[in-house]
Amino acid sequence: MNARTDFAAVGQGAPRRALSRIDPALVSIVLAAAILWFAPVGMGRYGTYVLTLWLVMAIAVMGLNLTLGVAGLKSLAQAAFMGIGAYTVGILTAKAGMSWYPAFAIATLATFAMGIVVGFPALRVRAHYLAFVTLAFTSLVWLVLRNEEWLTGGTFGLSNIPRPTLFGARLDDALSFHRFVVVVTMILTLAIWWLLRSPWGRAFLALRENPVRAASLGVDVRAYTLLAFAIGSAYGGMAGALYAPLVEFIDPSPFAISASFFLLLMVVAGGSGYLFGPFVGALLGVVLPEWLRFTGGLYLIIFAAIVLLLLIACPKGVLGLAEMLWARAARLVRRTP
Amino acid sequence: MNAVAGNAVLEVSGLEKHFGGIKAVRGVSFSVRKGEILGIIGPNGCGKSTLFNCILGQLAPSAGTVRLNGEDVTGLRPSDLNRRGVGRTFQLLQVFPDLTVRENLVLAGQEHHGTMMGRLFGPRDAGLSDAADRMIGFFKLDHLADAKAGGLSYGQQKLLDAAMAFMGGPQIVLLDEPAGGVNLTMLASLKDRLRAMNDELGATFVVIEHNMEFVMSLCTRVIVLAEGKVLAEGTPAEVRADPAVMEAYLGH
Ligand SMILES: Nc1ncnc2c1ncn2[C@@H]1O[C@H](COP(=O)(O)OP(=O)(O)OP(=O)(O)O)[C@@H](O)[C@H]1O
Ligand SMILES: [Mg+2]
Repeated sequence: MNARTDFAAVGQGAPRRALSRIDPALVSIVLAAAILWFAPVGMGRYGTYVLTLWLVMAIAVMGLNLTLGVAGLKSLAQAAFMGIGAYTVGILTAKAGMSWYPAFAIATLATFAMGIVVGFPALRVRAHYLAFVTLAFTSLVWLVLRNEEWLTGGTFGLSNIPRPTLFGARLDDALSFHRFVVVVTMILTLAIWWLLRSPWGRAFLALRENPVRAASLGVDVRAYTLLAFAIGSAYGGMAGALYAPLVEFIDPSPFAISASFFLLLMVVAGGSGYLFGPFVGALLGVVLPEWLRFTGGLYLIIFAAIVLLLLIACPKGVLGLAEMLWARAARLVRRTP
Repeated sequence: MNAVAGNAVLEVSGLEKHFGGIKAVRGVSFSVRKGEILGIIGPNGCGKSTLFNCILGQLAPSAGTVRLNGEDVTGLRPSDLNRRGVGRTFQLLQVFPDLTVRENLVLAGQEHHGTMMGRLFGPRDAGLSDAADRMIGFFKLDHLADAKAGGLSYGQQKLLDAAMAFMGGPQIVLLDEPAGGVNLTMLASLKDRLRAMNDELGATFVVIEHNMEFVMSLCTRVIVLAEGKVLAEGTPAEVRADPAVMEAYLGH
């Protein structure tokens, strides 16, 4: 992965400039949330469901984008963290009768903590070794989900996962749950935006670009590596915690190894390291399979092929391509007086 | 506490580093006093960079100790050592090409004050940009402050690389061939700035260099390494006049 992209947000370190005008990324996030709030009107149940699913996937991809795209840690465990989040919420709400909110908090904390543990191998050898360890973790989680029937329902899955309630009203219809997800997605996107503008964002970037030089400048490589891993994993957990009540029935299949690869492809396809890359990547990941449904089980291969072609054309993904075209257009405009 | 510790910022004693059968560093001892510019010279492969890497926690020394202000810091991680006040550059240029000059310097300074949590939840800048701008002014890079580091000339990048090592108020800085590959014009300004660092700000540093003229005119004291050992030590004039040095290094 040679996409040396900057987060648009990183490096606006000087508040003198940042305060003098409002960050366009911030405006975009709020504006997009407003549009998405109204978007499903007239779309019907299924259209709304796909839209909501896109946002939920985008949260998971956002987490992996932090771990992989920004901090450069090649993790293949994101689907497992999504699974842990989904099952934590599924079990606590459907089986134990807990409300969604504490279940969500537990899922987030659990995946954060597990992220720290799974991130430890990243401290020893980078790159390939980490990919193998995270892959093993994903298969382990999947096996537990499938085999521990007493807890997870095994291949039969967990059904009747309730939707959260808000001010006493259950968000049972597609539109109100969609709006709930829009708000959560907006908050989580703002959090990432804010995180990446902080010194942490700069440290994560330094970690990816040159960990040896970063350490020589005082960057605690160990702490930042584990944090990038844990925060990214927690985003996976939170996505899972929204996924469970969205689909209302979960089984182990969406959290298998192939799903981890799929999430990775979405990070890269959208534009690894870009703030909005995950939304583009998840859009490709959620909408393309719908279009490719007629190909049956081949859609992952076709998706991978499309991503491959995209990366040959532009290694920085869709947003990298857009940035390049924009720069070219701007140059043209400047040249013609 | 050690006898010399009174005014020695850095004290290296009996440092050794073996790579399998290769003895790259064989019992090197020296100390650096506050306000000193120490030069380290020696032929290619004599162990200069390995010595730095052992002092800085990049490599684990096979034997020996490293003291910072009298405190044993042998084997500390590079990031810990840096936060305790040891700055460095590497032999190969290592700036962050996609960040601007100012961002590189802000990054170089950000880990030196406060806590991790403070860095996340506290004020975004906390005077870092101002500190970076002062360093930019000092190294006369003002016109390049907002340029991507990767777009600078090689000499300018070497200047930035050195400037980064001085961010965060280090007690001592170790520079591995700061002038390597730098053209003559830039060389003059590099030397001028490093000298000013010492004269005006009292910075203490150790410089590995192959460029004799550079070392001899910049340093207050010079150590000559040969085959992993200290061959000679003294003022530039003394070292230059040493017949053993002539033979081992300068003469060939
Ligand atoms: N990681 C390593 N593994 C094995 N041998 C090494 C390693 N690093 C350095 N060496 C060997 O140790 C010796 C000293 O190398 P070092 O890089 O310290 O020399 P140097 O004085 O900095 O040389 P130069 O002037 O070329 O930079 C060399 O023989 C080198 O081959
Ligand atoms: Mg060297």
